[in-house]
Amino acid sequence: MSEVKNKFGKIQTVEQAMEHIKDGMTIMVAGFCGVGSSYRLIQEIIKKGVKDLTLISIDAGDPGVGPEDIIKNEQVKKLISSHIGATPRTGELLNEGKLEVEFVPQGILAERIRAGGCGIPGFLTDVGLGTMVEEGKPKVTLNGKEYLLETALHADVAILRAEKADEFGNLIYNKTARGVNPLMARAADLTIVDAKEVVALGDIDPEDVVTPGAFVDSIVRGGGEWTWAWE
Amino acid sequence: MGMGIKDMMAKRAAEEVNNGDIVNLGFGIPQKVVNFIPEDKTVFLHAENGILGAGPAAGVGLGDPELIDSGGVPITTVPGASYFDSADSFALIRSGRLDITVLGALEVAENGDLANWMVPGGAIPGMGGAMDLAAYAKEVIAVTTHTDKKGNPKLKKAVTLPLTARNCVKLIITDIAVIEVDDKGFLLKEVFAGNTVEEVIEKTGAELRVADDVRVIDYDAEQ
Repeated sequence: MSEVKNKFGKIQTVEQAMEHIKDGMTIMVAGFCGVGSSYRLIQEIIKKGVKDLTLISIDAGDPGVGPEDIIKNEQVKKLISSHIGATPRTGELLNEGKLEVEFVPQGILAERIRAGGCGIPGFLTDVGLGTMVEEGKPKVTLNGKEYLLETALHADVAILRAEKADEFGNLIYNKTARGVNPLMARAADLTIVDAKEVVALGDIDPEDVVTPGAFVDSIVRGGGEWTWAWE
Repeated sequence: MGMGIKDMMAKRAAEEVNNGDIVNLGFGIPQKVVNFIPEDKTVFLHAENGILGAGPAAGVGLGDPELIDSGGVPITTVPGASYFDSADSFALIRSGRLDITVLGALEVAENGDLANWMVPGGAIPGMGGAMDLAAYAKEVIAVTTHTDKKGNPKLKKAVTLPLTARNCVKLIITDIAVIEVDDKGFLLKEVFAGNTVEEVIEKTGAELRVADDVRVIDYDAEQ
Protein backbone atom coordinates (compact mmCIF):
# COMPACT_ATOMS: atom_id res chain seq x y z
CA MET A 1 0.00 0.00 0.00
CA SER A 2 1.40 3.38 -0.99
CA GLU A 3 1.18 6.54 1.05
CA VAL A 4 -2.04 8.51 0.57
CA LYS A 5 -1.22 12.01 -0.67
CA ASN A 6 -3.80 14.58 -1.75
CA LYS A 7 -2.68 15.48 -5.28
CA PHE A 8 -6.10 16.67 -6.41
CA GLY A 9 -7.21 18.36 -3.19
CA LYS A 10 -10.28 16.16 -3.15
CA ILE A 11 -9.60 14.66 0.27
CA GLN A 12 -11.25 17.12 2.61
CA THR A 13 -12.33 17.51 6.19
CA VAL A 14 -16.02 17.16 6.88
CA GLU A 15 -16.06 20.90 7.66
CA GLN A 16 -14.60 21.75 4.23
CA ALA A 17 -17.13 19.51 2.52
CA MET A 18 -20.01 21.10 4.42
CA GLU A 19 -19.09 24.57 3.12
CA HIS A 20 -20.76 23.54 -0.14
CA ILE A 21 -24.16 22.93 1.52
CA LYS A 22 -26.49 25.95 1.44
CA ASP A 23 -30.14 26.86 2.06
CA GLY A 24 -32.56 25.98 -0.72
CA MET A 25 -30.33 23.43 -2.39
CA THR A 26 -31.41 20.22 -4.07
CA ILE A 27 -29.50 17.36 -2.46
CA MET A 28 -29.40 13.71 -3.50
CA VAL A 29 -29.08 11.49 -0.45
CA ALA A 30 -27.88 8.03 -1.46
CA GLY A 31 -28.82 4.75 0.20
CA PHE A 32 -31.64 2.25 0.45
CA CYS A 33 -33.19 1.70 3.90
CA GLY A 34 -30.19 3.71 5.10
CA VAL A 35 -27.71 1.22 3.61
CA GLY A 36 -25.34 3.27 1.44
CA SER A 37 -26.28 6.52 3.19
CA SER A 38 -23.56 8.56 4.87
CA TYR A 39 -24.47 8.74 8.53
CA ARG A 40 -21.84 11.40 9.20
CA LEU A 41 -22.77 13.76 6.33
CA ILE A 42 -26.46 13.51 7.25
CA GLN A 43 -25.64 14.44 10.86
CA GLU A 44 -23.49 17.36 9.65
CA ILE A 45 -26.35 18.71 7.49
CA ILE A 46 -28.52 18.63 10.61
CA LYS A 47 -25.80 20.40 12.61
CA LYS A 48 -25.43 23.09 9.95
CA GLY A 49 -29.19 23.68 10.01
CA VAL A 50 -29.60 24.59 6.33
CA LYS A 51 -33.26 25.04 5.38
CA ASP A 52 -35.73 24.75 2.48
CA LEU A 53 -33.94 21.78 1.00
CA THR A 54 -35.25 19.56 -1.75
CA LEU A 55 -34.13 15.99 -1.10
CA ILE A 56 -34.01 13.25 -3.70
CA SER A 57 -33.72 9.76 -2.22
CA ILE A 58 -34.95 6.29 -3.12
CA ASP A 59 -36.75 6.07 0.23
CA ALA A 60 -36.73 8.11 3.43
CA GLY A 61 -34.51 5.48 5.07
CA ASP A 62 -35.30 3.66 8.27
CA PRO A 63 -35.84 5.43 11.62
CA GLY A 64 -32.41 6.57 12.81
CA VAL A 65 -30.62 5.90 9.52
CA GLY A 66 -30.84 7.70 6.21
CA PRO A 67 -32.55 10.86 5.01
CA GLU A 68 -35.38 10.90 7.55
CA ASP A 69 -33.15 12.48 10.20
CA ILE A 70 -32.91 15.62 8.02
CA ILE A 71 -36.64 15.53 7.25
CA LYS A 72 -37.56 15.13 10.94
CA ASN A 73 -35.55 18.25 11.73
CA GLU A 74 -37.88 20.13 9.33
CA GLN A 75 -35.10 21.26 7.00
CA VAL A 76 -36.80 19.86 3.93
CA LYS A 77 -39.59 21.48 1.93
CA LYS A 78 -39.84 18.82 -0.76
CA LEU A 79 -38.93 15.15 -0.98
CA ILE A 80 -38.77 13.23 -4.26
CA SER A 81 -38.89 9.53 -3.39
CA SER A 82 -40.54 6.16 -3.97
CA HIS A 83 -41.25 5.02 -0.41
CA ILE A 84 -41.73 6.54 3.04
CA GLY A 85 -43.50 3.57 4.63
CA ALA A 86 -40.71 2.74 7.08
CA THR A 87 -40.41 6.28 8.37
CA PRO A 88 -43.64 7.37 10.14
CA ARG A 89 -42.50 10.93 10.96
CA THR A 90 -42.08 11.69 7.25
CA GLY A 91 -45.68 10.62 6.69
CA GLU A 92 -46.85 12.81 9.57
CA LEU A 93 -45.08 15.87 8.17
CA LEU A 94 -46.71 15.16 4.81
CA ASN A 95 -50.14 14.97 6.45
CA GLU A 96 -49.47 18.14 8.47
CA GLY A 97 -48.71 20.02 5.24
CA LYS A 98 -45.14 20.72 6.34
CA LEU A 99 -43.58 18.59 3.63
CA GLU A 100 -44.32 18.13 -0.06
CA VAL A 101 -43.65 14.63 -1.38
CA GLU A 102 -43.42 13.70 -5.05
CA PHE A 103 -43.82 9.92 -5.27
CA VAL A 104 -42.00 8.30 -8.18
CA PRO A 105 -42.01 4.57 -8.99
CA GLN A 106 -38.68 3.23 -7.79
CA GLY A 107 -37.31 2.11 -11.13
CA ILE A 108 -38.40 5.34 -12.79
CA LEU A 109 -36.76 7.33 -10.00
CA ALA A 110 -33.51 5.41 -10.53
CA GLU A 111 -33.78 6.04 -14.28
CA ARG A 112 -34.52 9.77 -13.83
CA ILE A 113 -31.38 10.05 -11.69
CA ARG A 114 -29.42 7.99 -14.23
CA ALA A 115 -30.64 10.31 -17.01
CA GLY A 116 -29.61 13.35 -14.95
CA GLY A 117 -26.08 11.98 -14.77
CA CYS A 118 -25.93 11.09 -18.46
CA GLY A 119 -26.84 14.42 -20.05
CA ILE A 120 -30.21 13.05 -21.15
CA PRO A 121 -33.06 15.50 -20.38
CA GLY A 122 -35.88 12.94 -20.27
CA PHE A 123 -37.28 9.64 -21.50
CA LEU A 124 -40.55 7.84 -22.27
CA THR A 125 -42.10 5.05 -20.21
CA ASP A 126 -45.47 3.39 -19.69
CA VAL A 127 -44.78 2.63 -16.02
CA GLY A 128 -47.34 4.68 -14.10
CA LEU A 129 -49.64 5.17 -17.08
CA GLY A 130 -53.25 5.44 -15.90
CA THR A 131 -52.13 5.90 -12.27
CA MET A 132 -51.76 8.93 -10.01
CA VAL A 133 -48.16 9.16 -11.21
CA GLU A 134 -49.24 10.52 -14.59
CA GLU A 135 -50.72 13.72 -13.13
CA GLY A 136 -49.13 16.78 -14.71
CA LYS A 137 -46.86 14.80 -17.01
CA PRO A 138 -46.99 15.22 -20.80
CA LYS A 139 -48.08 12.14 -22.78
CA VAL A 140 -46.32 11.21 -25.99
CA THR A 141 -47.47 8.71 -28.63
CA LEU A 142 -44.66 6.75 -30.23
CA ASN A 143 -45.19 3.91 -32.72
CA GLY A 144 -48.90 3.95 -31.84
CA LYS A 145 -48.36 3.51 -28.10
CA GLU A 146 -48.91 6.05 -25.36
CA TYR A 147 -46.12 6.93 -22.92
CA LEU A 148 -45.40 9.38 -20.11
CA LEU A 149 -42.58 11.85 -20.57
CA GLU A 150 -40.37 11.59 -17.49
CA THR A 151 -37.75 14.27 -16.88
CA ALA A 152 -34.19 13.83 -15.67
CA LEU A 153 -33.28 14.69 -12.08
CA HIS A 154 -30.18 16.67 -11.27
CA ALA A 155 -28.97 18.04 -7.94
CA ASP A 156 -26.67 20.70 -6.57
CA VAL A 157 -24.99 18.19 -4.28
CA ALA A 158 -24.99 14.40 -3.88
CA ILE A 159 -23.88 12.74 -0.65
CA LEU A 160 -23.05 9.06 -0.61
CA ARG A 161 -21.23 6.30 1.16
CA ALA A 162 -18.56 4.16 -0.48
CA GLU A 163 -16.47 1.26 0.73
CA LYS A 164 -13.22 2.57 -0.72
CA ALA A 165 -12.02 5.69 -2.53
CA ASP A 166 -8.62 6.54 -3.93
CA GLU A 167 -7.19 10.08 -4.05
CA PHE A 168 -8.82 10.75 -7.42
CA GLY A 169 -12.23 9.55 -6.20
CA ASN A 170 -12.39 6.19 -7.95
CA LEU A 171 -14.97 4.28 -5.93
CA ILE A 172 -15.85 0.76 -4.88
CA TYR A 173 -19.08 0.00 -3.03
CA ASN A 174 -19.97 -2.83 -0.66
CA LYS A 175 -22.72 -5.31 -1.61
CA THR A 176 -26.21 -3.73 -1.61
CA ALA A 177 -24.75 -0.41 -0.40
CA ARG A 178 -24.27 0.21 -4.15
CA GLY A 179 -27.96 0.82 -5.05
CA VAL A 180 -28.49 4.34 -6.38
CA ASN A 181 -25.05 5.55 -5.25
CA PRO A 182 -23.24 5.30 -8.62
CA LEU A 183 -26.24 6.98 -10.30
CA MET A 184 -26.33 9.88 -7.83
CA ALA A 185 -22.54 10.31 -7.99
CA ARG A 186 -22.98 11.36 -11.63
CA ALA A 187 -26.13 13.44 -11.28
CA ALA A 188 -24.98 16.36 -9.12
CA ASP A 189 -22.88 19.48 -9.66
CA LEU A 190 -20.87 18.47 -6.62
CA THR A 191 -20.47 14.93 -5.29
CA ILE A 192 -19.30 14.31 -1.74
CA VAL A 193 -18.27 10.78 -0.82
CA ASP A 194 -17.99 9.42 2.69
CA ALA A 195 -15.43 6.68 2.22
CA LYS A 196 -14.87 3.95 4.75
CA GLU A 197 -11.29 3.68 3.49
CA VAL A 198 -9.17 6.14 1.48
CA VAL A 199 -6.26 4.68 -0.46
CA ALA A 200 -3.44 5.96 -2.68
CA LEU A 201 -3.63 6.21 -6.46
CA GLY A 202 -3.02 2.79 -7.94
CA ASP A 203 -4.31 0.88 -4.94
CA ILE A 204 -7.65 0.18 -6.62
CA ASP A 205 -7.40 -2.09 -9.65
CA PRO A 206 -8.91 -0.22 -12.64
CA GLU A 207 -11.00 -3.35 -13.35
CA ASP A 208 -12.67 -2.99 -9.95
CA VAL A 209 -13.65 0.68 -10.18
CA VAL A 210 -17.45 1.14 -10.19
CA THR A 211 -17.58 4.96 -10.18
CA PRO A 212 -14.67 6.66 -11.98
CA GLY A 213 -13.08 9.49 -10.01
CA ALA A 214 -14.10 12.05 -12.62
CA PHE A 215 -17.53 12.09 -11.00
CA VAL A 216 -16.28 12.73 -7.47
CA ASP A 217 -15.39 16.17 -6.08
CA SER A 218 -14.91 15.72 -2.36
CA ILE A 219 -13.83 12.73 -0.27
CA VAL A 220 -14.24 12.64 3.49
CA ARG A 221 -13.56 9.96 6.02
CA GLY A 222 -16.99 10.02 7.56
CA GLY A 223 -17.28 7.34 10.17
CA GLY A 224 -19.86 7.63 12.90
CA GLU A 225 -21.54 4.78 14.64
CA TRP A 226 -25.18 3.86 14.68
CA THR A 227 -27.25 0.75 15.06
CA TRP A 228 -29.57 -0.64 12.45
CA ALA A 229 -33.29 -0.80 13.09
CA TRP A 230 -33.21 -4.59 13.43
CA GLU A 231 -30.46 -4.67 16.05
CA MET B 1 -51.00 -29.55 13.06
CA GLY B 2 -51.92 -28.82 9.46
CA MET B 3 -50.40 -26.05 7.39
CA GLY B 4 -51.69 -22.53 7.99
CA ILE B 5 -53.51 -20.92 5.08
CA LYS B 6 -50.76 -18.33 4.52
CA ASP B 7 -48.24 -21.13 4.05
CA MET B 8 -50.62 -22.92 1.70
CA MET B 9 -50.98 -19.79 -0.42
CA ALA B 10 -47.20 -19.42 -0.54
CA LYS B 11 -46.77 -23.10 -1.43
CA ARG B 12 -49.30 -22.75 -4.26
CA ALA B 13 -47.42 -19.72 -5.61
CA ALA B 14 -44.18 -21.73 -5.47
CA GLU B 15 -45.76 -24.29 -7.84
CA GLU B 16 -45.61 -21.60 -10.55
CA VAL B 17 -41.82 -21.35 -10.31
CA ASN B 18 -39.70 -23.20 -12.88
CA ASN B 19 -36.06 -24.22 -12.68
CA GLY B 20 -33.79 -21.27 -13.54
CA ASP B 21 -36.47 -18.63 -13.02
CA ILE B 22 -35.66 -15.11 -11.86
CA VAL B 23 -38.19 -14.26 -9.16
CA ASN B 24 -39.05 -11.15 -7.15
CA LEU B 25 -41.12 -11.50 -3.98
CA GLY B 26 -43.13 -8.69 -2.37
CA PHE B 27 -43.69 -8.15 1.34
CA GLY B 28 -45.83 -10.40 3.56
CA ILE B 29 -47.07 -13.77 2.29
CA PRO B 30 -45.07 -13.49 -0.98
CA GLN B 31 -41.84 -13.59 1.07
CA LYS B 32 -42.84 -17.06 2.31
CA VAL B 33 -42.83 -18.45 -1.23
CA VAL B 34 -39.09 -19.05 -1.01
CA ASN B 35 -39.69 -21.63 1.76
CA PHE B 36 -41.66 -23.85 -0.64
CA ILE B 37 -39.44 -23.94 -3.73
CA PRO B 38 -38.32 -27.58 -4.11
CA GLU B 39 -34.61 -28.30 -3.77
CA ASP B 40 -34.38 -29.67 -7.31
CA LYS B 41 -35.16 -26.19 -8.67
CA THR B 42 -32.49 -23.51 -8.78
CA VAL B 43 -34.07 -20.08 -8.61
CA PHE B 44 -32.46 -16.66 -8.52
CA LEU B 45 -34.20 -14.23 -6.21
CA HIS B 46 -34.05 -10.60 -7.28
CA ALA B 47 -34.33 -7.59 -4.98
CA GLU B 48 -34.94 -4.11 -6.34
CA ASN B 49 -32.07 -2.39 -4.52
CA GLY B 50 -29.56 -4.33 -6.63
CA ILE B 51 -29.01 -8.03 -6.08
CA LEU B 52 -29.71 -11.17 -8.05
CA GLY B 53 -29.20 -14.37 -6.08
CA ALA B 54 -30.46 -13.34 -2.65
CA GLY B 55 -30.23 -16.12 -0.09
CA PRO B 56 -32.01 -16.76 3.20
CA ALA B 57 -32.17 -14.09 5.90
CA ALA B 58 -29.01 -13.75 7.96
CA GLY B 59 -29.27 -14.50 11.67
CA VAL B 60 -29.61 -11.46 13.93
CA GLY B 61 -26.23 -9.80 14.26
CA LEU B 62 -24.60 -12.30 11.89
CA GLY B 63 -25.25 -10.55 8.59
CA ASP B 64 -23.28 -7.87 6.80
CA PRO B 65 -25.11 -4.62 7.65
CA GLU B 66 -24.69 -3.59 4.01
CA LEU B 67 -26.32 -6.71 2.55
CA ILE B 68 -30.10 -6.35 2.68
CA ASP B 69 -33.15 -7.27 0.64
CA SER B 70 -35.76 -4.81 -0.59
CA GLY B 71 -37.50 -4.94 2.80
CA GLY B 72 -34.33 -3.86 4.62
CA VAL B 73 -33.79 -7.34 6.09
CA PRO B 74 -30.17 -8.59 6.37
CA ILE B 75 -29.74 -11.50 3.99
CA THR B 76 -27.13 -13.87 2.59
CA THR B 77 -26.28 -14.73 -1.02
CA VAL B 78 -26.35 -17.97 -3.02
CA PRO B 79 -23.54 -19.13 -5.35
CA GLY B 80 -23.82 -17.20 -8.62
CA ALA B 81 -25.18 -14.04 -6.98
CA SER B 82 -24.35 -10.57 -8.29
CA TYR B 83 -24.61 -6.97 -7.09
CA PHE B 84 -25.48 -4.06 -9.35
CA ASP B 85 -26.87 -0.55 -9.18
CA SER B 86 -30.59 0.23 -9.02
CA ALA B 87 -30.84 1.31 -12.68
CA ASP B 88 -29.49 -2.10 -13.75
CA SER B 89 -31.86 -3.71 -11.28
CA PHE B 90 -34.89 -2.16 -12.95
CA ALA B 91 -33.40 -2.67 -16.41
CA LEU B 92 -33.56 -6.37 -15.56
CA ILE B 93 -37.28 -5.99 -14.85
CA ARG B 94 -38.29 -3.70 -17.72
CA SER B 95 -36.25 -5.55 -20.36
CA GLY B 96 -38.28 -8.69 -19.69
CA ARG B 97 -35.77 -10.79 -17.72
CA LEU B 98 -37.88 -11.13 -14.58
CA ASP B 99 -39.93 -14.33 -14.92
CA ILE B 100 -42.24 -14.01 -11.93
CA THR B 101 -43.21 -11.45 -9.33
CA VAL B 102 -45.47 -12.34 -6.43
CA LEU B 103 -47.19 -9.28 -4.99
CA GLY B 104 -49.82 -8.50 -2.39
CA ALA B 105 -53.09 -6.91 -3.60
CA LEU B 106 -55.79 -4.62 -2.29
CA GLU B 107 -58.00 -5.10 -5.37
CA VAL B 108 -57.74 -6.97 -8.67
CA ALA B 109 -60.09 -6.28 -11.60
CA GLU B 110 -61.37 -8.84 -14.10
CA ASN B 111 -59.15 -7.25 -16.78
CA GLY B 112 -56.05 -7.79 -14.61
CA ASP B 113 -55.78 -4.22 -13.26
CA LEU B 114 -54.00 -4.19 -9.89
CA ALA B 115 -54.38 -1.79 -6.96
CA ASN B 116 -51.90 -2.48 -4.17
CA TRP B 117 -50.11 0.68 -3.12
CA MET B 118 -52.40 3.06 -1.31
CA VAL B 119 -55.74 3.53 0.40
CA PRO B 120 -57.03 7.12 0.12
CA GLY B 121 -57.26 8.75 3.52
CA GLY B 122 -54.80 6.30 5.04
CA ALA B 123 -51.07 6.64 5.45
CA ILE B 124 -49.29 6.95 2.10
CA PRO B 125 -46.28 4.66 2.08
CA GLY B 126 -45.38 5.19 -1.59
CA MET B 127 -45.32 2.59 -4.33
CA GLY B 128 -41.69 1.53 -4.06
CA GLY B 129 -40.95 -0.79 -6.98
CA ALA B 130 -44.50 -2.14 -7.34
CA MET B 131 -45.45 -0.17 -10.47
CA ASP B 132 -42.35 -1.22 -12.41
CA LEU B 133 -42.68 -4.84 -11.25
CA ALA B 134 -46.40 -5.14 -12.01
CA ALA B 135 -46.03 -3.54 -15.44
CA TYR B 136 -43.04 -5.57 -16.64
CA ALA B 137 -42.65 -8.93 -14.85
CA LYS B 138 -43.43 -11.73 -17.31
CA GLU B 139 -45.92 -13.25 -14.84
CA VAL B 140 -47.60 -11.26 -12.09
CA ILE B 141 -49.12 -13.37 -9.31
CA ALA B 142 -51.34 -11.55 -6.82
CA VAL B 143 -51.63 -13.10 -3.37
CA THR B 144 -54.45 -11.75 -1.21
CA THR B 145 -57.36 -12.59 1.03
CA HIS B 146 -60.47 -13.12 -1.08
CA THR B 147 -62.41 -10.43 0.79
CA ASP B 148 -61.46 -7.46 2.94
CA LYS B 149 -61.95 -7.31 6.72
CA LYS B 150 -65.59 -6.27 6.24
CA GLY B 151 -66.26 -9.15 3.86
CA ASN B 152 -66.26 -7.05 0.68
CA PRO B 153 -64.82 -8.73 -2.44
CA LYS B 154 -61.28 -7.76 -3.44
CA LEU B 155 -61.77 -9.30 -6.88
CA LYS B 156 -63.95 -6.83 -8.79
CA LYS B 157 -65.22 -5.71 -12.18
CA ALA B 158 -62.98 -2.63 -11.86
CA VAL B 159 -60.57 -1.40 -9.20
CA THR B 160 -61.74 1.55 -7.11
CA LEU B 161 -58.49 2.19 -5.21
CA PRO B 162 -55.52 3.96 -6.81
CA LEU B 163 -54.15 1.87 -9.66
CA THR B 164 -50.70 0.26 -9.60
CA ALA B 165 -50.66 -1.03 -13.19
CA ARG B 166 -53.14 -1.96 -15.91
CA ASN B 167 -53.87 -5.47 -17.23
CA CYS B 168 -50.98 -7.06 -15.39
CA VAL B 169 -52.25 -9.83 -13.06
CA LYS B 170 -52.34 -13.31 -14.61
CA LEU B 171 -52.98 -15.44 -11.52
CA ILE B 172 -54.67 -14.71 -8.19
CA ILE B 173 -54.08 -16.91 -5.17
CA THR B 174 -56.52 -16.13 -2.36
CA ASP B 175 -57.18 -17.78 0.98
CA ILE B 176 -59.95 -19.87 -0.59
CA ALA B 177 -59.21 -20.25 -4.30
CA VAL B 178 -56.88 -19.93 -7.28
CA ILE B 179 -58.20 -17.83 -10.13
CA GLU B 180 -56.73 -17.21 -13.54
CA VAL B 181 -57.22 -13.90 -15.34
CA ASP B 182 -57.67 -14.45 -19.09
CA ASP B 183 -59.08 -12.39 -21.97
CA LYS B 184 -62.64 -13.01 -20.77
CA GLY B 185 -62.07 -12.24 -17.09
CA PHE B 186 -61.86 -14.44 -13.97
CA LEU B 187 -61.66 -18.22 -14.33
CA LEU B 188 -61.86 -20.38 -11.19
CA LYS B 189 -59.31 -23.17 -11.47
CA GLU B 190 -58.75 -24.42 -7.93
CA VAL B 191 -60.19 -24.23 -4.43
CA PHE B 192 -58.43 -24.86 -1.14
CA ALA B 193 -59.90 -27.88 0.67
CA GLY B 194 -62.87 -26.92 2.81
CA ASN B 195 -64.21 -24.31 0.37
CA THR B 196 -66.90 -24.83 -2.26
CA VAL B 197 -67.14 -23.42 -5.76
CA GLU B 198 -70.45 -21.76 -4.84
CA GLU B 199 -68.85 -19.99 -1.88
CA VAL B 200 -66.04 -18.64 -4.06
CA ILE B 201 -68.54 -17.36 -6.64
CA GLU B 202 -70.53 -15.65 -3.91
CA LYS B 203 -67.45 -13.89 -2.51
CA THR B 204 -66.21 -12.66 -5.91
CA GLY B 205 -67.32 -9.22 -7.06
CA ALA B 206 -67.42 -9.99 -10.80
CA GLU B 207 -68.43 -12.81 -13.10
CA LEU B 208 -66.50 -15.96 -12.23
CA ARG B 209 -66.36 -18.69 -14.84
CA VAL B 210 -65.61 -22.16 -13.49
CA ALA B 211 -63.06 -24.47 -15.14
CA ASP B 212 -64.23 -27.92 -16.22
CA ASP B 213 -62.09 -29.75 -13.72
CA VAL B 214 -61.64 -27.73 -10.53
CA ARG B 215 -58.67 -28.92 -8.47
CA VAL B 216 -59.13 -29.20 -4.73
CA ILE B 217 -55.83 -28.27 -3.08
CA ASP B 218 -55.29 -30.36 0.03
CA TYR B 219 -51.62 -30.07 1.01
CA ASP B 220 -52.21 -31.69 4.41
CA ALA B 221 -53.56 -34.84 2.72
CA GLU B 222 -50.66 -34.82 0.25
CA GLN B 223 -48.05 -34.97 3.00
